Amino acid sequence: MSDQTKTKKSAAAVGPQVNPRQPSPEEKSWQANTLAPALAKSPERQAAFTTISGHPIRRLYTEADLAGWDPKTQLAHPGEPPYTRGIHATMHRGRLWTMRQFAGFGTAEDTNERFRYLLTHGQTGLSTAFDLPTLMGYDSDHPLSEGEVGKCGVAISSLADMEVLFDRIPLCDVTTSMTINSPAPVIWAMYLAVAEKQGADWKLISGTLQNDILKEYIAQKEYIYPPEPSMRLVVDTFEFAVKHTPKFNPISISGYHIREAGSTAIQELAFTLRDGMEYVEWALRRGMQIDDFAPQLSFFFNAHSDFFEEIAKYRAARRIWQRAMVERYAAKNPRTWALRFHTQTAGCSLTAQQPFNNVVRTALQALSAVLGGTQSLHTTSLDEAWALPTEFAATIALRTQQIIAHETGVTNTVDPLGGSYFVEALTNEVEAGAWDYVHKIDAMGGMVAAIERSYPQREIAEASYRYQQALDKKEKIMVGVNDFVSAEKPLEILQIDETVAHRQADRLRKLRADRSQAAVDRTLLALRKAAGTYTKAGQPSGSSNGQLSHENLMPHIYEAVKAYATLGEICDAMRTVFGTYEETAVT
Amino acid sequence: MPEKKIRVLIAKPGLDGHDRGAKVIARALRDAGMEVIYTGLRQTPEMIASAAVQEDVNVIGLSILSGAHNTICPQIMKLLHEKGMDDVTVLVGGIIPEADIPALKQAGIAEIFLPGTSTQAIVDFIQSRTAHS
Repeated sequence: MSDQTKTKKSAAAVGPQVNPRQPSPEEKSWQANTLAPALAKSPERQAAFTTISGHPIRRLYTEADLAGWDPKTQLAHPGEPPYTRGIHATMHRGRLWTMRQFAGFGTAEDTNERFRYLLTHGQTGLSTAFDLPTLMGYDSDHPLSEGEVGKCGVAISSLADMEVLFDRIPLCDVTTSMTINSPAPVIWAMYLAVAEKQGADWKLISGTLQNDILKEYIAQKEYIYPPEPSMRLVVDTFEFAVKHTPKFNPISISGYHIREAGSTAIQELAFTLRDGMEYVEWALRRGMQIDDFAPQLSFFFNAHSDFFEEIAKYRAARRIWQRAMVERYAAKNPRTWALRFHTQTAGCSLTAQQPFNNVVRTALQALSAVLGGTQSLHTTSLDEAWALPTEFAATIALRTQQIIAHETGVTNTVDPLGGSYFVEALTNEVEAGAWDYVHKIDAMGGMVAAIERSYPQREIAEASYRYQQALDKKEKIMVGVNDFVSAEKPLEILQIDETVAHRQADRLRKLRADRSQAAVDRTLLALRKAAGTYTKAGQPSGSSNGQLSHENLMPHIYEAVKAYATLGEICDAMRTVFGTYEETAVT
Repeated sequence: MPEKKIRVLIAKPGLDGHDRGAKVIARALRDAGMEVIYTGLRQTPEMIASAAVQEDVNVIGLSILSGAHNTICPQIMKLLHEKGMDDVTVLVGGIIPEADIPALKQAGIAEIFLPGTSTQAIVDFIQSRTAHS
């Protein structure tokens, strides 16, 4: 492929490997006259310095580290390609990022109350966490849901629950992000149905559906169906969004969970962007036009603890995406080129020990996201390593963002770190490292093929084990965990009791008694028919022979949702046609 | 005569897919010379107890981060008892509120390892436990 050769060449051109460092005469003189005596007198603390990802970092960065780097094309100006300095001309001077705290627990009533609390305290967007049964497409009263209802998020089993979740919250005025993947089309249909009932115009409502199934297979592991039908559902939501909800992002292509699973920064970046390219390619194969749907793709990154590595990652992300859109897919629309992203500070970096230290970690991580040009941000609460946040912890997390926005002054200028020898060199290195992975995955036949041979899963497991070993050997320090340990009092945490499960079971029983079963049966049958090719007897001839129809399933799912078919029933209808996925576990 | 290897079942009960910890522990125990069987995700208590019998393990490590430990652990302990596996050492790793720990120990969980535990601490615990049995 000619575009691949081209990218390979230009990616290699910025890598440090092909540009051996040529210090200037002044730098050489500094090395001899100032550095050498200093080192002789007191050696450095470590033989080598690396980022938290294990990426080597030099003592000093100078113009020698940017040899061959062209600020005109690689840095440019904010709001212009390749968007290294940000996707908007004025960035946070014009508009602050959206402060979007992920929330959800218990029943829809419980979460609705927390949502309204956050909105009255200055939060500017909603973000919904669903419980594990919902994420796996099971109703709250399913046997596998036992013990899990309302624990990690809110329990949503039907449109009736969704109506309660957004009660007294006008969907025309808020933007809502929903962290849901395999059952995303169903949950989205419920949201759209609530919007319709509220009289909110679909053309104007905005928000984001996570809907990123590839990172589920790679890292988060909340998948239901095999990759092929799952990808079909994702493309169905793209088509539906382009047609009906032009301001809604049908996907948030996520590195967050990849990083939480233990990847390096470069792996997070590479796998996320290659996932993005995979979605683009599947949509193009459906016959969609790149500039019609790609402006609605959004991204989601982790903000981990290594301050500059993270900033380099966000800057490199924009540059890679812009180049991929232009060179690989011949995109013409600048809105397609510009990578927009949400950031969440790293849950996995927060410690159960001395939990108040987590406020400090989160503040620094959030600062890196802001300096990296994020469009929206979730700051993780200090009790993350213990439980879902209490109102006290959630409030400090939100206040952390407000302090960065209004007190630190970092928003006064666009990309304040642009032009730093270190930041630019690290951005180049992270970019080159990510392109290497992208090319490897291309050579495997794409991300679905790479996932099927467990390639990203294995790379992440390796990195996560290396990091654990570094902690065990104290090569890396986590304050309060493997050093600076002290005794402490237990934290007050949010407890979710089993009455949530009972309340949900009661509500489901009432729902099933009150709704029209005939309407449920009719809409579910229509969904199954549309999902697969059917024999005359009405039996699915199924996914095994690869003869799935290409009919868009969103309208059918929407009809089933409106008939109050439950999440479990709708997902089961698709399970019967698509089958379910079992991974090969890599340890 | 070569020493018999300690056999460990690492299991992920419940619906959550956070397998980073389970995988790291599986590998660390293997590196420490143990025989490790990893169940994979979303195992029911019945599946875990059956696997423990079938694999004849000395130790079961349960990785739970979803908050369902109070439901899952007693079920597993009951099933192990019914299958005559009372001598197996059952460990839990994950996000477990301190208030829940006494009840879990009461149910027969030998030890609970919270986030931040070094893999060596877990290796040491297993070795000392199995040396006495």
